[in-house]
Amino acid sequence: MSLDKAAVAKIAKLARLKMEPDRQEAMASELNRILSFVEELQAVNTDNVQPMTSVAPMKLRQREDAVTDGGKPEAVLKNAPQRQGDFYTVPKVIE
Amino acid sequence: MAAIDPGSLTIASALEGLAKKDFTSVELTQACIASMEAARPLNAMITETPEKALEMAKAADERRSKGGEVGLLDGVPLAIKDLFATQGVLTTAASHILDGFKPEYESTATANLWKQGAVMLGKLNLDEFAMGSSNETSYYGPVVNPWRAKDGTKLVPGGSSGGSAAAVAAGFALGATGTDTGGSIRQPASLCGITGIKPTYGRVSRWGIVAFASSLDQAGPMTRTVRDSALMLRAMAGFDPKDSTSVDRPVPDYVANLDGGVKGMRIGIPREYRMDGMDAEIVALWEQGKQWLRDAGAEIVDISLPHTHYALATYYIVAPAEASSNLARYDGVRYGLRVPGKDLNEMYENTRGAGFGREVQRRIMIGTYVLSAGYYDAYYTKAQKVRTLIKKDFEQAFQRVDAILTPTAPNAAFPIGMKNDDPVMMYLNDVFTVPTSLAGLPGMSVPAGLNSAGLPLGLQLIGKPFEEAQLLRVGQTLEKAANFTAKPTAWWRS
Repeated sequence: MSLDKAAVAKIAKLARLKMEPDRQEAMASELNRILSFVEELQAVNTDNVQPMTSVAPMKLRQREDAVTDGGKPEAVLKNAPQRQGDFYTVPKVIE
Repeated sequence: MAAIDPGSLTIASALEGLAKKDFTSVELTQACIASMEAARPLNAMITETPEKALEMAKAADERRSKGGEVGLLDGVPLAIKDLFATQGVLTTAASHILDGFKPEYESTATANLWKQGAVMLGKLNLDEFAMGSSNETSYYGPVVNPWRAKDGTKLVPGGSSGGSAAAVAAGFALGATGTDTGGSIRQPASLCGITGIKPTYGRVSRWGIVAFASSLDQAGPMTRTVRDSALMLRAMAGFDPKDSTSVDRPVPDYVANLDGGVKGMRIGIPREYRMDGMDAEIVALWEQGKQWLRDAGAEIVDISLPHTHYALATYYIVAPAEASSNLARYDGVRYGLRVPGKDLNEMYENTRGAGFGREVQRRIMIGTYVLSAGYYDAYYTKAQKVRTLIKKDFEQAFQRVDAILTPTAPNAAFPIGMKNDDPVMMYLNDVFTVPTSLAGLPGMSVPAGLNSAGLPLGLQLIGKPFEEAQLLRVGQTLEKAANFTAKPTAWWRS
């Protein structure tokens, strides 16, 4: 299967990437090149094979449900492109 | 005292010199800083931190003069891949999107190095978000390999830890941190004539390292010698409760049995790594490597890793899928670049469109696509199933052998700009390193010789999980036999 400009625009939207229409054609061809390369996996018989979920046999650790860190608003906000008081600011989302 | 040439030192010899008071850490660090400045034409650094380095060196000297306990790397100048968060020091991942980001915290791996007394020279250039095999995708421009073609053509250092490999090969850092997702420590080590080891997944904490593909990412040392890698890995590794996949087991002294040799060990040669149209010089070097290990008393065993051919395709689904998810955090809200938009979504799109480079966008797009409704099973689940088979191949092989020997990369360093037109051409650079990553195994590259163009080539060794000590021992044997002493001429000093 092959991606066209419209498909590229849709994926870009899902990925929250601005993509100018004049880039879409080139991106489609690059993605199709990669997708046709990975197509060869379809030739592998994977009947009764479990998909890998963890490369090492390990159980996720759990720690005590307790506060271990925090109370550092200045450190947290230090790199904010825009802030107001102890908050990040973003363009208005609610009308 | 004669001027110190950091390029002639190793971590081990520097530690000896410091212990014997042949020189101080401040003197050594000053020499490294001067070499680093002279090597600017290589573009290996994104941020130099000479003042911090001298401050750390001074503290190291004070510890030594007091005669108390010193760290494993006390006073040794290292450079850090700019993928590790360093407190108060610009951390970019070589991306425009992290403009101005100065973390308020330190990665566990680098904190471990500083705890052992290492000195930070600065932050190293890399492929943007570690996505690349030539260090050409960096927002800060390509890194130039210290090794040039005979006609003077500038070559890539490999990637993504290209700055790390160049800094060590050029001789201004005694060691460097790298990270490896599909070969990013081993391939540049091979292309620059140095040693690098990617430890077992879980051995070195990932906490505070900018995430690319979390099920594959693993940090490790890049150094001039196998012994130095052993020294540095011991300092970097260890259990970290802040990384949920960090493994809670003691870190052995990797140096202790380094000279134990390979007598009686069984070394596997996977037939699937002998590919059609392979560079004859690389095939010859691989043969030579077998002979060296045989001469040292190892038994060479032919093995099969039947799903090798599918590793690269598997990787180029799994890694972009994880990357698209990891990179969702770069939204212009909490740190780094923000490009305004009329509403929140447009702000996200503008920021990410402007902040990510071409290769990163390509991988986010692929990752988003293979994880999207209707395609998830055909691509992502399928790839994870093949990944299970690739891991099984290794498990079966390791019932018969102790380590595996292969070439590290299918080619030597190539000219800057040569492989940029076709992403898949570039991906093929990782064909020998990716399977190890998919299986979470330790792998290392040891410089083994020069090709007819005078460029370095490495051999790769793959080990069993958490058997880094054994792997380093094989590496040490290979290093001794290869006796690789060639160094690039310092043309950049004009």
